Amino acid sequence: MIDYSIDGDGIAAIVWNMADRPMNVMNGDSLAAFREAVYKAIQDKAVKGVIVTSAKNDFVAGADLVNLLKESLDAAKALQNSFALQKLFRDIEKAGKPFVAAINGTALGGGYEICLACHRRIAADNPKALIGLPEASIGLLPGAGGTQRLPRMIGVSKALPMILESKKVDPKAALALGMVDELVAPGELLIRAKAWLLNEGQTGHVKPWDQKGFRVPEAANTPKGAQVFTAGNGMLRAKTMGNYPNAQYIMSCVYEGMLVDIDTGLKIESRYFVACTQSKEARNMIRSLFFSIGEANKLANRPKNVPTQAYTKVGVLGAGMMGAGIAYAASSAGLNVVLLDSTQEAAEKGKAYTAGLLDKRVKAKKTSEADKEKQLGLIKATTSYDDLKGCDLVIEAVFEDRAIKAEVTKKAEAQLEPTAIFASNTSTLPITGLAEASSRPANFIGLHFFSPVDKMPLVEIIRGKQTSDETLARAMDFVKKIRKTPIVVNDSRGFYTSRVFATYVTEGLTMLAEGVAPAVIENAGKMAGMPVGPLALADEVSLELMHRVRSQTRKDLGDAYKSDGSEPVLQAMVEKLGRIGKKAGKGFYDYPADGRKKLWADLGKHFPVKAEQPDVQDVIKRLVYIQSVETARCLEEKVIIDVRDADVGSIMGWGFPPFRGGTVSNIDSVGVKPFVAECDQLAQKFGARFTPPRLLRDMADQGKSFYAA
Amino acid sequence: MTEAFVYDAVRTPRGKGRSSGALHEVTPMRLATTVLEAVRDRNELDTSLVDDVVLGCVAPVGEQGADIARVAVIQANYAETVAGVQINRFCASGLEACNMAAAKVLSGQAEMAIGGGVESMSRIPMGSDGGAWATDPAVAMPTYFVPQGISADLIATKYGMSRADVDSYAVESQKRAKRSWDEGRFKKSIIPVKDINGLTVLDRDEHLRPETTMQSLAALEPSFGVMGEQFGFDSVAMQRYPDVERIEHMHHAGNSSGIVDGAAAVLIGNAEGGRKAGLKPRARIRAFTSVGSEPTIMLTGPSFAAEKALKLAGMKPSDIDLYELNEAFASVVLRFMQVLNVPHDKINVNGGAIAMGHPLGATGAMILGTMVDELERSDKNTALVTLCVGAGMGIATIIERV
Repeated sequence: MIDYSIDGDGIAAIVWNMADRPMNVMNGDSLAAFREAVYKAIQDKAVKGVIVTSAKNDFVAGADLVNLLKESLDAAKALQNSFALQKLFRDIEKAGKPFVAAINGTALGGGYEICLACHRRIAADNPKALIGLPEASIGLLPGAGGTQRLPRMIGVSKALPMILESKKVDPKAALALGMVDELVAPGELLIRAKAWLLNEGQTGHVKPWDQKGFRVPEAANTPKGAQVFTAGNGMLRAKTMGNYPNAQYIMSCVYEGMLVDIDTGLKIESRYFVACTQSKEARNMIRSLFFSIGEANKLANRPKNVPTQAYTKVGVLGAGMMGAGIAYAASSAGLNVVLLDSTQEAAEKGKAYTAGLLDKRVKAKKTSEADKEKQLGLIKATTSYDDLKGCDLVIEAVFEDRAIKAEVTKKAEAQLEPTAIFASNTSTLPITGLAEASSRPANFIGLHFFSPVDKMPLVEIIRGKQTSDETLARAMDFVKKIRKTPIVVNDSRGFYTSRVFATYVTEGLTMLAEGVAPAVIENAGKMAGMPVGPLALADEVSLELMHRVRSQTRKDLGDAYKSDGSEPVLQAMVEKLGRIGKKAGKGFYDYPADGRKKLWADLGKHFPVKAEQPDVQDVIKRLVYIQSVETARCLEEKVIIDVRDADVGSIMGWGFPPFRGGTVSNIDSVGVKPFVAECDQLAQKFGARFTPPRLLRDMADQGKSFYAA
Repeated sequence: MTEAFVYDAVRTPRGKGRSSGALHEVTPMRLATTVLEAVRDRNELDTSLVDDVVLGCVAPVGEQGADIARVAVIQANYAETVAGVQINRFCASGLEACNMAAAKVLSGQAEMAIGGGVESMSRIPMGSDGGAWATDPAVAMPTYFVPQGISADLIATKYGMSRADVDSYAVESQKRAKRSWDEGRFKKSIIPVKDINGLTVLDRDEHLRPETTMQSLAALEPSFGVMGEQFGFDSVAMQRYPDVERIEHMHHAGNSSGIVDGAAAVLIGNAEGGRKAGLKPRARIRAFTSVGSEPTIMLTGPSFAAEKALKLAGMKPSDIDLYELNEAFASVVLRFMQVLNVPHDKINVNGGAIAMGHPLGATGAMILGTMVDELERSDKNTALVTLCVGAGMGIATIIERV
C-alpha cells in the first residue's frame, strides 16, 4: 500500500501504491501505513530527507468518500480523527528534516494537502495532471490543513477562489499560482527531488509560518485583508444564497485561521470540517453528485447479459440547434456522424456549429487545429438518406410534429440494418406513439438531450412500451460513449424531467395569479437554489409554447385534462397581451437591447399584487416541494424507477439545487413524515397538486426513507 | 423629578476630512480640548462642578484611542476630579454621549456633565477600528451584512425615490447651509480652531459646495453600484428584501454626508448645578432613546427612535416645531419625512451633513447644539434631534426651550 525504502545517500522514499485500486486514496488503511512510514523516516537518524511520491500514474486523488461519511457520524470521534490527521501532517512539517512532494500526477484534496505539508512541491510537467482542493464541490472543505496552508503560502485572495470554486489546475498553472514550487520533466522528477533534499532542503525545512515574525499579508486585520473578506462575504452570499454551509465555513476557516498561529488555525479548520460532515447538505451532495452520478456513468441500470455495443457511425436527422449539438457530442467522441437535413445549406449550417465550438476550443488552447480538422472530417453534412447506410444508431431531432417524425423514421429505417437503433430526441411526444411509425418498435427508443447539448451532461433515455432490453442497453452504451450521463425512464407525458421541471414554472405562474409579488416569486426561486426564477424561465421556454402545449394536451386528453393555475396567466399573456416570451423581447420581463431584463412594469395591472404577501420561506417551500411531490408521483407511476436517477436527473437536467441532493433526496432531508404532513397542509391551502401520493404516505406510516441514513 | 438642562453647546467648524483639509494638521486631542476649553472659558465654569465628560468617537484607535475623553479632560486642564469616558454608538455617538450625560444628571448621580464627541476622519480613517460584522464570515453571512451605501440605495428603491428626489434634497441642503452661514446662524456655537500661536486655523465649515445644482449632481456616478453588483451586496440585500427586484443605485458623494474633521461639546446639568455655576438653562431635555431596527436596511431607525421618544415625552409628531435628522444619505431623511409626515420646511432647516459634513463621533452633539441655537433664533419651542446608526439603530432626543 505504502512502499518505504532508503537509498545509500540517506534519502527515504515513501511511495503511495494502493494495489487494489485504480488510484491512491486516503482512507483508514492507507493513512495508517503512511503514518507508519512517516514516523519511521522522522525517527531514523540516518534519513536525511524524504521523498513522498506515488507508484501510480496519479499522486493521490483525495479522501475515500465511502468511509468518510460513515466514520464521521459521531462528531466527537470525527474531531479526534481530524486532529490526529492534522498532527501527522504537522509532524511532517516540523520533522527537523526536509520532506519533498514529488508530484508525478494528479494530486487532489487530501492528496494535495500531503504536498502542502511537505517543505517543497516539485511537480512533473504532466499536462494531464490536476492539482487542487475540490472538496467544496461536494459540500465539504479541505480538512487536512488546506484552508490554513494554502492561503499562508500563496495569499488569501489567490487561495480563496481555488478552494471555494473547487478549481483544479494543471501543473503549469499551479506553478504560476505558487501551488507548486518547481516543474521538471517527468523523467527528472525523482532526481530533482533528491537533489533538493540533499542541498537546499538541508537548511530549507522550516516553513515560513514556523519562523519568527511571520504574518499573513492579507489577514483580516490588515486593510487589504479587511477588503478581501468584506467583498468575499458579499460575493459568496450572493452566489450561494446562504444555502451552502461549507462555503461559509471555508471563508471562516481562512478568516479565523489567518488571525492566529498555524496550530490554532488547524484546530479551527478541524472543527469546521466536522461541521461539514454533519451537514445534510454534504450528505446530499456526496450521495448525488459523487455516488449517484458515478453509478449512472457506470451504467448501473443497464440490462445485464447484453453485449456492449461499439459505435462507429451514427446518423442525426435535423441539423437545427439540437441535431447540431448531438453531432458535436458524437464527433467529439470520435464517431462518424451523418448530419442530415432537408437542404444542404441547413445541414452545413449544423456542421458549422461544431466548427464554431471547436474554434473556441482552439483559441482556449484546449485542442489543436489538426484535431479540429480531424473531428470536422468525421461529420458528413448531407440531404441524402442513402448516406445513413451502416449507421448503428440514428437519432432524429426534427420539428416536434408527429407526421414529420413519422416520415423521417420511415425514410431512415429504409436504409438501416435491421439491428440498428432508431432514437427520437423528442422532449414532449410519447415514445410509444412515435414508435408506431417504426417497422421495428423494439429498436425504437427516446434519447432526450438537453440544450445546449455541448454543455448539458444529461441524457434522459425513454423506454417505449415495446422497446427491448437490448435496445435500452445499447442506447446506454452510446450515451456512455459520448461521455454523457444517462438516466432511464418509462414513457409518459413529459417523461420525467420535463414533467417535474414544468411544475416549478407552473407553480410560479400560479402564484402570480394568486397575487404574490413577481419580485418575490423570482427572488424566492433563486433563493431556493434554482438557477433562474420561474417567471424568467417561462419567458425563456416561451409563453406561447407553454400555452400551445397545454392546448394540445387538452385536446389529447379531453375530459381527463386537468387545468392548472397557470392557464389564465398564460392565456392573458399570450392571447390578450401579446407578450409571448424572451424571443419576442417581451414576456413577464422586458428585454431592453442595451440593458438588463426588467419585470414588465404593467404586470401588476393585469395580475394585481395582494397587499398581504406571503413569507418568502413559504414561497420557497412551494417552489421546491411541488417538484419533489411530482417526482414521488413519477416514482409511484413507475415513470422513473431508480431514485438515484431521479436525483441525478433533477440536478443535471434542470438545475435542481445540489445542496438538496435532488428531488428525492430533498424529501429525505425534510423527513418523509414531515414532508407528507407539510404537503397535506399545502394541498389544503393551494390545491390538490400538493397531495402526497400513496407511496409517500405508506413510507411515512412505515417510518421509511428513500435512502439509508 | 430632577430635570436636565442644556447650559451651553459649542462645536469646531468642520474641516474637509482629507490631507488637504484645514484640520488635517490638528490632532483629534486638540479638537477635543478646543471645545472643552471653550465650554469652560466662555461660561467661566468651575470645572470641578462637572462630574463626567462623555465623548463619542467612532474610530477610537491610535491617537483617538485609549479613552480620549479622560485624556482630553487632563489636557484641557479641567479639575482632576472630572472623569472622562469615550463611547461608540457609531454615527449617534455624539448624541448618545449627550444622552448619557443627561441620564447621569436625571438620575441624580451627577449635577453637571458634558456630552460631546470628536472625530478626525482625515487622520484616523473610517473603519480603522476593524470590527467583525463586515469581515467575519460567520457574522456577515448569516446576518445579511451590506455596506451602508447599499442600505441607503435600498431605502430609496424600496420606498420609491428617484435620483431626482435624492439630488434635489441635496441641492436644498447646500442652499440652506449657505444661507445659515451667510446669516450667521451658527455663530453662537462655532469655536474657531487655533494654532499654538493663537492664530486661526479654521473658523468656518469648509465642506460646503453652495454652487451645487441638479445639473452638477447629475454628472456624478452612483458610488455603490460596483459594490452592489460586483461584490454581491445587492443580492444580499434582496435576499433580505425579496420584494425588491433590483436595487437602484442613486447615492453619490453629492447626496451623502461629507467626510470631515471636528469636535463638539454640550454642557448639561440640573437646576442646582446651573445655579452653582451661575448659568441660565437654554433648553430642557424632555426625552431621549436609542432603538435597534432591521440591520440590513440599517438606516431606517430614526423614525422608530423618534416615535419612541415622542411616546416617552407624551407628544405627537405635530408637537415638534423643528426636526433635525443627520443627513447621512438623502434617502434616510426622505424616508423619515414619509413615515412621520414631516414637511421639508420643518426638518434640517439650516442644512446638514450633505453640505457641512459628518464627523462621525461628534455629529450628534453638533446637531443638538444647532437645534438649541435655532429654537432661540427662530423663537420656537420644541425640537427633535435624531440620527440613523450603523448596524440598524436609531437615536432621538427631544428638547424644549426653557
